[in-house]
Amino acid sequence: MPDLLIELFSEEIPARMQRRAADDLKKRMTDGLVEAGLTYAGAHALSTPRRLTLAISGLLAASPTTHEERKGPKVGAPDKAIEGFLRGAGLTRDQLVERDTPKGAVYFASIEKPGRPAAEIIAEVLDATIRNFPWPKSMRWGTGSLKWVRPLHSILCLLSDEAGNEVVPLDVDGIVAGNSTRGHRFMAPDVITVSSFDDYAAKLKRGFVVLDPDERAEAIWQDASNQAFANGLELVEDKALLAEVAGLVEHPVVLMGSIDEDFLSLPAEVLQTSMREHQKFFSVRNPKTTRIEGFITVANRATADNGATILAGNQKVLSARLADAKFFWENDLRVAKAGMGKWTEALSKVTFHNKLGTQAERINRIAALAREIAPSVGADPDLAEQAARIAKADLSSEMVYEFPELQGLMGRYYAQAAGLPQEVANACEAHYSPQGPSDDVPSEAVSVAVALADKLDTLTGFWAIDEKPTGSKDPFALRRAALGVIRLVLENDLKILLVDAMKTAFGPQPSEFLIKSAKSSGGKAKFQAATKVSGEHLEYDEKKAVVFDLLSFFHDRLKVFLREQGIRHDVIDACIAMDGNDDLTLLVKRARALEDFMKSDDGTNLLQGYKRANNILIQAETKDGVEYSYGGDVKFAKDATEIALFEALALSEGAISSAIEAEDFAAAMGSMAALRAPIDAFFEAVQVNDDNQVVRRNRLNLLHQIRQVCGQVADLTVIEG
Amino acid sequence: MTQTNGAPRSFQEIILRLQSYWASKGCAMLQPYDMEVGAGTFHPATTLRSLGPTPWAAAYVQPSRRPTDGRYGENPNRLQHYYQYQVLIKPSPPNLQDLYLGSLAAIGIDMELHDIRFVEDDWESPTLGAWGLGWEVWCDGMEVSQFTYFQQVGGYDCSPVSGELTYGLERLAMYVLGVDHVMDMPFNDPEAPIPMTYGDIFKQTEEEYARWNFDTANTEVLLRHFEEAEVECAAILSQPADDPKTGKRIVMAHPAYDQCIKASHIFNLLDARGVISVTERQAYIGRVRALAKQCADAFVQTTAGGWTA
Repeated sequence: MPDLLIELFSEEIPARMQRRAADDLKKRMTDGLVEAGLTYAGAHALSTPRRLTLAISGLLAASPTTHEERKGPKVGAPDKAIEGFLRGAGLTRDQLVERDTPKGAVYFASIEKPGRPAAEIIAEVLDATIRNFPWPKSMRWGTGSLKWVRPLHSILCLLSDEAGNEVVPLDVDGIVAGNSTRGHRFMAPDVITVSSFDDYAAKLKRGFVVLDPDERAEAIWQDASNQAFANGLELVEDKALLAEVAGLVEHPVVLMGSIDEDFLSLPAEVLQTSMREHQKFFSVRNPKTTRIEGFITVANRATADNGATILAGNQKVLSARLADAKFFWENDLRVAKAGMGKWTEALSKVTFHNKLGTQAERINRIAALAREIAPSVGADPDLAEQAARIAKADLSSEMVYEFPELQGLMGRYYAQAAGLPQEVANACEAHYSPQGPSDDVPSEAVSVAVALADKLDTLTGFWAIDEKPTGSKDPFALRRAALGVIRLVLENDLKILLVDAMKTAFGPQPSEFLIKSAKSSGGKAKFQAATKVSGEHLEYDEKKAVVFDLLSFFHDRLKVFLREQGIRHDVIDACIAMDGNDDLTLLVKRARALEDFMKSDDGTNLLQGYKRANNILIQAETKDGVEYSYGGDVKFAKDATEIALFEALALSEGAISSAIEAEDFAAAMGSMAALRAPIDAFFEAVQVNDDNQVVRRNRLNLLHQIRQVCGQVADLTVIEG
Repeated sequence: MTQTNGAPRSFQEIILRLQSYWASKGCAMLQPYDMEVGAGTFHPATTLRSLGPTPWAAAYVQPSRRPTDGRYGENPNRLQHYYQYQVLIKPSPPNLQDLYLGSLAAIGIDMELHDIRFVEDDWESPTLGAWGLGWEVWCDGMEVSQFTYFQQVGGYDCSPVSGELTYGLERLAMYVLGVDHVMDMPFNDPEAPIPMTYGDIFKQTEEEYARWNFDTANTEVLLRHFEEAEVECAAILSQPADDPKTGKRIVMAHPAYDQCIKASHIFNLLDARGVISVTERQAYIGRVRALAKQCADAFVQTTAGGWTA
């Protein structure tokens, strides 16, 4: 069985696209071949900056012949119908067979599709694959209309077996497939002719091309580690950079250089960021001091001077870059030591959002809010306000202008340089966190206060101007901000009443868009905000509607967050329905206890009893048009189980309410569990709808007590099952 | 072809070698455009000529101005006035990468000793409504050129596609000549009777322009000029294609485009003066883009732009 070798040789493919493209080539080719009946034993895709390569082994030499039987019109059907059938099947009338079926004699066509040689199928599939290739971005060149990631120069498409090899005839927009390629752009630029994959791999190896990206990455990593080690240093791991660099070279040559003494005083993160972002250098550090002292660059060729010229050039470029960084750092330190006034002033000229004012105005809001929140997170209000006032100052610094990814981190360094308290400096960096579901959550009180204030200001601001996330659109990352608040509260076990905090945060936000925002609020929020009915009109407080709308946004994010931790959505809903649902810590404690309870036998059975009681009650209340909420009286109880239930409820009610008072939800659930047996026994022994109306009413009032007692724990009606 | 043995010794020798190299490859050696532009791409020989079906091959030096980059001549590699070397060939030839590498060899970069890399860098000019795909070319870790295949200009698909090469001349020359501060770079032959450095020629002007750009340019006048350029551009393009005086068809794409260039440069000056807020910035860029788009619309109505009666 033949093997197939394909190479698509082009100008330099962006590093980040190579692996995905090799996989796409493999998938599209193998899918297409199999669909056309060509099965294979194995397929392997490789990539370099200039080529995508696919090797398929054990391919069928031709697709198998297939037979298909097609049922046609009845014998004696109108000629038109029969002719149509013949056209579809590609046959003549004498090739049809008559056969008896339960519905009478019918024409059958037997169609044989002869197998096709592999080359023919490969050419078709490869042509379609090239023309429809899923590049993230593609382009045209010259006078052609073909699109590829960069100009495509040649196509190698070769079938080979023991007997020899043949080029698959193919012409894609004037590029004729052949059996040749080229080696390294500079080290082996001449044409190479190949006869099989093994021959191809061997010749490319001699042509200074390492075909396998994993092999390149591994070689770079090994060599870089060894060179660092030999100098008593260690390489700083950076997987993303390694993958990228492996996609920039066909013949990796690792060169190590040292960082000029002048620059060693720069913060390690600055050195690392500058080297990685601008130069794609790895950092090398001294394991004893953890100071970054050297760099590794990866060249794409070997030279007669063993890379000396290349290394000197890179060193020079790095020095120029680091001289810039050092210039920024020193200028920034001067501003920092002078109290950062220049920066905070500059922020009054920077627009945060045209409806939400400047960065300076936003900082004022955050500072006031941080002070307000501070006591409830255990922070000193003065420190929290101070931290909020300078936490974004570094946005005006030269270093952050050059390296936006260093925002916050530079703030910490500069606050330290300004001699500010350590907690304040830490907050400059930590207040941006958490940025995502896996990011660390700050725990130092001042940082927590500023982080909460920052996120609450963002959320209330955009809510106030009616810029809420819709569907997949969330340009201001408000979902992330809400999740940040949730994680800050939960992971620090904070008691923050969100409605109060939001009201404070909404205070200084613009009010001219509130009506619009209230209109786009959810129905539940509008309902909660309805204050009074005057005449026909339901009036409501717009601000309240917006606050409750944002609260339900928090609840939605919380649901997503808890669902990922295995808490059922109906359990969460049952807890959200309770009072105090803006205290997220309380809400989650309740949900976790309820989740555990619902997993127990007691839980599921109690739920059954509760639902039964509730259903009977709802039916009776609907029928009678009254609410049985007077409380039953044990003196009208007839049955022993009824009396026992009365007693159990009296006992549980007190126990549950004091447990809830103490926020001990497990205990509350435990007390609720004690009701399971009496409720089951009651329903076992007693008919609620007794003929005696007094007894019936008393029992309905008893059921209401079940609803009420259990209702203290959660809204069990929304629990499924 | 000129003999390019040995390393060049001055800034101008690098320019001359590039000129003779690209001349030998068949490019028309154009001169700089006589207006203030932010980059060589703005020269109508690139923007307008990349539109339409007519083949084109041109190379030129373009003095370029970026007022915000002024540093009073003190920063070793930042200037508000600098030179770009620009090559535009339509349709892009299949061996454009090799031609480009040949130009590096011509200015004394030995491919056997240096590490040349093509690193992804997609180009987009919001003011020109243009984009393309290509690379920044690295020599030993330093960006020495932009290499772009134009895909769209002024909102039009480029067909055929032009290949554009842009060399930042000062940076490239500093590397080749081994100079650390741009002002120390020999401009003419260091052994000439009167040797001159880049600083001898440009240090003073960098100071003068930095002061004017940042602090004294009259922003009210500039704002008015911006609007006048906008109005004039529209007025030019609103003229009928047939000239009543000569009876010829004369679509005035280039005069209109001059107004677009003017507006773009005035915008850059206003930006340097710090009078354009972040939100306004987008609006100004949009206004310049609208002019560029209208000029592109006009150019494709001209003979050079592929119009036929």
